[in-house]
Amino acid sequence: MDTPIIRFEQVNKWYGRQFHVLRDIDLSVARGERIVVCGPSGSGKSTLIRCINALEPYQSGRLTVDGHLLGIEHEEDPRAIDQVRRQVGMVFQQFNLFPHLSVLDNLMLAPTLVAKVGKAEARERAMAQLARVRIAEQADKFPLQLSGGQQQRVAIARALCLQPQIMLFDEPTSALDPEMIKEVLDVMTELAGQGMTMLCVTHEMAFARAVADRVLFMDEGQIVEEGAPQAFFSEPRTERGRAFLSKVLGH
Amino acid sequence: MTRRHTLTRKRRAAPSFLDPRGGRAGHSPDLGAMISPRLAPAAGSLVQRLRRELFGSPLGSALTVILLAVLGWAGWAFLEWGVLNAVWAPNAEQCQAARGVGACWGVVAEKHRLILFGRYPHDDHWRPLLASALLVGTLVISGLRRCWRPWLLGWWVAVLIVFFALMRGGFAGLEAVPTELWGGLPLTLMLATLGIALAYPLAIAVALGRRSQLPALKSLCIAYIELVRGVPLISVLFMASFMFPLLLPVGQSPDVLLRVLVGITLFAAAYLAEIVRGGLQGVPRGQVEAAQTLGLTWWQTQRHVVLPQALATVVPGIMNSFIAIFKDTSLVTIVSLYELTGALSLALNADANWRPFKIEGYLFIALIYFVGCLAMSRYSLWVEAQLQRGRAR
Repeated sequence: MDTPIIRFEQVNKWYGRQFHVLRDIDLSVARGERIVVCGPSGSGKSTLIRCINALEPYQSGRLTVDGHLLGIEHEEDPRAIDQVRRQVGMVFQQFNLFPHLSVLDNLMLAPTLVAKVGKAEARERAMAQLARVRIAEQADKFPLQLSGGQQQRVAIARALCLQPQIMLFDEPTSALDPEMIKEVLDVMTELAGQGMTMLCVTHEMAFARAVADRVLFMDEGQIVEEGAPQAFFSEPRTERGRAFLSKVLGH
Repeated sequence: MTRRHTLTRKRRAAPSFLDPRGGRAGHSPDLGAMISPRLAPAAGSLVQRLRRELFGSPLGSALTVILLAVLGWAGWAFLEWGVLNAVWAPNAEQCQAARGVGACWGVVAEKHRLILFGRYPHDDHWRPLLASALLVGTLVISGLRRCWRPWLLGWWVAVLIVFFALMRGGFAGLEAVPTELWGGLPLTLMLATLGIALAYPLAIAVALGRRSQLPALKSLCIAYIELVRGVPLISVLFMASFMFPLLLPVGQSPDVLLRVLVGITLFAAAYLAEIVRGGLQGVPRGQVEAAQTLGLTWWQTQRHVVLPQALATVVPGIMNSFIAIFKDTSLVTIVSLYELTGALSLALNADANWRPFKIEGYLFIALIYFVGCLAMSRYSLWVEAQLQRGRAR
């Protein structure tokens, strides 16, 4: 497949009139590519990936995901957004599991309602995904009875139940205790190894080095540097990149 | 290498806080050995606890003594008036003689049918009695988890039809009784039940509408809530009763019960809507975002993700409103419908012999209201406990 699965063309986003949060973003993501987005806080990393599944609107430019054009604010096509959201799964920093439903119900909700899959098949899919993230024995528990690492793995399984083509991770391990970060990163590494197109906003540099095909460094709304992880981590080409790495890799 | 500690062995140092098993100071025993959990010391007997809580401090002791004295005096006074010196027989002269000294429960014995059933024809009192029992029974079983099945809905429809048919009459030898004559407990129960049942879904719809992005819908909901909240229920009932018929073609006037029910429903829904809206605001934005990324439509998100969480957090507020509605039914006296409170006034004002004993009458219906409200209150606590099941870690 030659056409990129995600394509940003001169995409700009503002909050209000003053705050220019995404500046002239040009980005092409190929199918199966694994991208890590890093940068200081407030640089627009989360906003960038939230535009991909239309959680945030953008005001100028052109964004195409899996062949569907996501229009600018007030000119969106709801059907395009629907189609895109079925192909794009997202994992949040705060997990966002539904606390009033059991783990199994969390996973079965979307397939039964959105993909119109039967209950039995939805349950099979759910159990398969839970096994994939190695948490099948917790199927009947409620989210608040699980640890943070377990909850995040359930969140990943929930996103995978819809069999998306692209997975977005918005700082998935930032809210976890250090002991639990590894179990989540292991799942993400496995996922990457299976050919999933992934965009991951993270501060976990070791993970980026191991898994990413490309690293994007963002600062103040623009993509300052992009390149192979080896190149970026050993020899950042820009001053800002060097400053950022010295702060992050220092400890 | 483990060090065995026996009583016969000469100790190097006495056991201390840091080293409970005793041993050379500075040399820790069994490095890495885990201390297995033990039970905490016992909390103390009931007597000890009471003594600590009631008489723990001088101020506490003083308050306890004062409160006990007040309660004791009030309790004894009520006991004297309400039980020991009370007149139980429905005898007006005895009651007059005991005025000020003892309660006249005879008024209840004499007038209870009038209080409970209002102006309903005397010989047909079995009908409202049966209808009320049916309604109360159905309410009770609706609260049980076991009965939350599809057939419950059918049962409710059947019960409501039977209720109205029984009260109305006009067939199978049952004398027709117009709705103006209905009164007392069945009227209170019916208005409260239907009022709550209709106001609740309306309130949810209005709360969702108030939060919607469509400006027309939002303004409509805000206007409705502010208008209704701006006037007392009495005015709403008045308006519903006298203005409602003006909106319809001349000659057609809907049944007074219907008008009153519409009034109560609209009033209750406005207050409930704000409570529900508070609950909706408490649901974290991330929940909606997660539902969106999963591809759920707006309505699917509200129904499966937002509303269950929102309503669960405001159960106390909602039950509070329900209890208030139950008692607000007493205001329908303003439109000449004599439910429980109105029937009491009717019963006692008309009869000069029994008019001085209003207090006993009010205590009687207060007891009925109290039982109903307490039941709802305890049920609310049960519902909250059920909802906590999945949340506790």
